[in-house]
Amino acid sequence: MPLLEVSDVSKTFPGVRALDQVSFTLNPGEVHALVGENGAGKSTLIKVITGVYQPDDGELRYQGEPARFGTPMDAQHAGISTIYQEVNLIPLMSVSHNLFLGREPRNRLGLLDEGRMHREARAILAGYGVTADIRLPLGTLALGAQQMVALARAVMIDAKVVIMDEPTSSLEPREVETLFGVIRELHARGIGIVYVSHRLDELYRICDAVTILRDGRVVHTGRLADLERIRLVALMLGREMSEIRREGATAFSSEKAVDTGAAPILRASGLTSRRKLHDITFDVRPGEVVGLGGLLGAGRSETIKAIGGAYPLDDGDVQVDGVDLKRPTTVQAVRNGIAVQPEDRKAEGIVAGLSVRENIALAVLPKVSRLGLVSDARIDAIVERYMTRLRIKASSPDQLVGDLSGGNQQKVLLARLLATGPKVLLLDEPTRGIDVGAKAEVQSLIDELAAEGIGVVLVSSDAEELIEGADRVVVLRDGVVVGTLTGASVTTEDLMATIAAAAPPEEAE
Amino acid sequence: MSTEVARETPAAAVEDARRAERTDRIVGTIQRQGALAVLIVVVVISLIAFPNFRSFDNTATILVAAAPPMLIALGMTFVIITGGIDLSVGSLYVLGGVLAAWASQYGFAAAFAAPLVVCGLIGVVNGALIAYTRMAPFIVTLAALLGARGLMRAISDEGSETYLVKNDAFKQLGNGSFLGIGYQVWLAAVLVVLGMVLLSRTRFGHSVYAVGGSEDAAALMGVPVRRIKVGVYVMSGLLAGLAGAINAAKLGSGVTVLGTGMELDAIAAVVIGGTLLTGGAGTIAGTVAGVLLLGVIQNLINQVGNVNSNWQQVISGAFLALVVVAQTYLVKLRRVN
Repeated sequence: MPLLEVSDVSKTFPGVRALDQVSFTLNPGEVHALVGENGAGKSTLIKVITGVYQPDDGELRYQGEPARFGTPMDAQHAGISTIYQEVNLIPLMSVSHNLFLGREPRNRLGLLDEGRMHREARAILAGYGVTADIRLPLGTLALGAQQMVALARAVMIDAKVVIMDEPTSSLEPREVETLFGVIRELHARGIGIVYVSHRLDELYRICDAVTILRDGRVVHTGRLADLERIRLVALMLGREMSEIRREGATAFSSEKAVDTGAAPILRASGLTSRRKLHDITFDVRPGEVVGLGGLLGAGRSETIKAIGGAYPLDDGDVQVDGVDLKRPTTVQAVRNGIAVQPEDRKAEGIVAGLSVRENIALAVLPKVSRLGLVSDARIDAIVERYMTRLRIKASSPDQLVGDLSGGNQQKVLLARLLATGPKVLLLDEPTRGIDVGAKAEVQSLIDELAAEGIGVVLVSSDAEELIEGADRVVVLRDGVVVGTLTGASVTTEDLMATIAAAAPPEEAE
Repeated sequence: MSTEVARETPAAAVEDARRAERTDRIVGTIQRQGALAVLIVVVVISLIAFPNFRSFDNTATILVAAAPPMLIALGMTFVIITGGIDLSVGSLYVLGGVLAAWASQYGFAAAFAAPLVVCGLIGVVNGALIAYTRMAPFIVTLAALLGARGLMRAISDEGSETYLVKNDAFKQLGNGSFLGIGYQVWLAAVLVVLGMVLLSRTRFGHSVYAVGGSEDAAALMGVPVRRIKVGVYVMSGLLAGLAGAINAAKLGSGVTVLGTGMELDAIAAVVIGGTLLTGGAGTIAGTVAGVLLLGVIQNLINQVGNVNSNWQQVISGAFLALVVVAQTYLVKLRRVN
C-alpha cells in the first residue's frame, strides 16, 4: 500500500495553473526525487501535501485513507515532516532547546529537565554528525549543522514521510555524506522521503524513483535508474516541445557579426563565493551575447549579481572596459557601466508604486541633476526617448508601473538600465512571465543592443532562448564552469549533454 | 578547482565553527552580565565616594523605590522577549494605584483584586488585538495607554479626587518591613524568582523565546504563538496593576499625577539588562540589574544634593543609547560568525 498518494490534484492561482491534474505516489522506504525547473509546480505540490495550500481539485490519500490537512501542523501531527531550504528553527535559542521545543522532558515538579534535555540532545545529534556544544545558540552553528538539527527534529516526531527541499544546497561535501547516511537509515526504517534537488549526481546516488514536473504537469514518473541523465534533463527543460516548434521560434536574428578579435568589455575572473561559486571565469566582447547555461541553483543568478556587486564574493576580479574593479560594490558597478536586470522583477527591480517616468529616471538622477536639483526637462527627454524606443505601452508617463502588464514592466526596467548608458548588460531571465508578443520584442531589443556594441550576459531557463540568443554559452553546474559552447556547438543537444555529464569521480567520492 | 575547494573546506569549517563558538561565548556573557558588571562598578565607586550611600537605610530606600519599577520591568521583559512592546504599563500603574486606594474601603483583598482584574483585562485586550489581528504592539498598547489614562481620570474626577487608603492592613503592606526591608521588596523578590523559573524552566518560557526568535518558525514547530502573546501582555498588565497597588499602599492614597513615563523607564531597564529589543533573547537577572542600576543612579544624584534631579533622566538616556549601540554591535558579531 502506498504511503502517500496524490491523485489528479489541480491548483490554480490568479492567472496561473500551478498544478494541472498532478498525480504522485510515495511508497514506504522509498526515496522519491521530485524535479523540475522554476515554476514547474514542485513547491506548490509540496505545499498541497503539507497543508499550506488546499487543492482545488483531486484527492490526497495518506496511509490508505483520504486525507486533508488544514494547516502545516495537521500534516506534522499526522507524521509528514518538511525540511525547508532555509532552516526553520530559532537561531537565538540553544541547539537542544530547538530540538525539544514543545516536547521538552519535564521533572516531577513540572519544570523542564535541562540536564536530561542536554544529554539526549547530545546523543541524538551525535548520530547526525553534529558535535558542536548543544547549549550554544543554534545560529552559531554552520548551516549544514543547523540543517541536521532540523532533520533530527523532523525525524524525532515519528515522521512517516519526510520532505526535503534542496537539503544539500548549503551543505559541505562531508555534511552531504552524513545526510545521505541518515537518509539510508530512514529508508531502512520504511520512512518515505520526497527529495527535491537539482543536483543530478545526488539524485542518482540516493533516489529510487523520480517524478518530473513541467509547467504544472507530470511529464514523467518512474524508476530513476531506468531514466538516462540526458533524458531527465531533456524532460525537465522541455526539449520535446521545442522539437515540435519550427526553427526560429524566438525573435533573435541568426546572423550576427561579433568582432572576435576585440578586447573584452567585461572580464570576470576567478569569482568565488563560499559554497555557491567556485572560480567562475569568462569574458564578454563588445557586441557579444554570452549565455549562462545550467540548471536552477547552478550559480547563474549569483554570478550575475556578483558582477553587479550585489552578491558577496570571497575572491575574484571584475574588469569592465579595461578598468579593474576588483570586487565592485553596487555603486562602483553602476558607475562603471554595469547594468543588472535582476531575476525577480517585482522584488528587486521595478518600484510598483512609482510612475513609469519615475521608474525610468531612478538610476539616472545623478546625471540629470545640477547642484542636487533635478532637471525635469532632461528627465522628460530621456523618458520620452525610451518609451518610444522600447514601445512601452502606458497611458502616460505618469501611470503607475504596478498597473502595467508584466512585459511592459520589464521594458520599463530595461529602459531604466539603458538610460544609464551601460557598457555591459546583465539580464537574468529577461522574458520570464511576459506574454509572447512582449517576449519577441525584448528578444529583438537584446539583439539591437548587442549590435550597438554593448556586451550582454543572458541567463534564461528557456533553453531555446539561450541557444538562439547567445553567441556563446558558458555552462555552470554547482557553481563551477563545466564547459563553454561556441560556434556550431551552441545547440540544445550540446547544452544538455554538458549539463548532464557526470561529475568527475573525485567529486563524488 | 572544485575538488580543491571540497578538500580544504572541512578543516576550514571546523576552525570557523570553533572561532564562532568562542566569540559567541564571550559576546553572550557580555550581553547577559554587562548591566551587572556596570552596576557593581557604580556601587563600589559610590561606596567609596559617598559616605551616606553606605548606610543600611539608604540601601533599603533604594530597594523600596525600585520595587514598583521592578515589577513593571519584569512583565516588560517577557513582552520584549516575544518581540513586542507594552507602552500601556505607565498608565496601568497609575490606574492600578487609584483603583487600589478606592477599593481599599472594601477590604484588603478588594484593594488587590480591583487593580489586578482591571489591569489584567486591559492586558487581555492588548494581547488579543496583537495576537489575533496582527496589529503592531506599539499602536495597540499606545491606544491602551491613552485609554487607561482616560479611565483613571474619569474615576478620579479629572484627577481632582484623591482616594485615601482606608484599610490599615493594606497601608501596613506599603510601610512595614521585615528584617528592616520593606514588604514590597520581598514581594518583588519572590515574583522575580518565580518569573525566572517561568522563563527558563517551563515550556511557556521557552515558547516566549521561540516566538521572539522567529514567529514563523515557532508556529511551524507547533508553538501556540497567539496564546503565548496574549499570555505575556496579561502578565505585563497584572504586574503593572500590582505595582500601582503597592505604591498606593506606600503613599496612602491613589496619586493621579505619578507614573508618566514609567513605561519608558521599564523599557530602558530591560534593554540595559541585555534583552534584545528585537526579541528572542534576554534574562530577568539582567533586568534586575538594569532596574537597580537606574535606581542607584537616581539615588546618587539625590546624594550629591544640589544637582537637579532631572539629570538622572539625562544620564539614564545616555546610558541607554550606549547600551543599544553596544547591543547592535554585539549581535552583529554573533551573526557574522
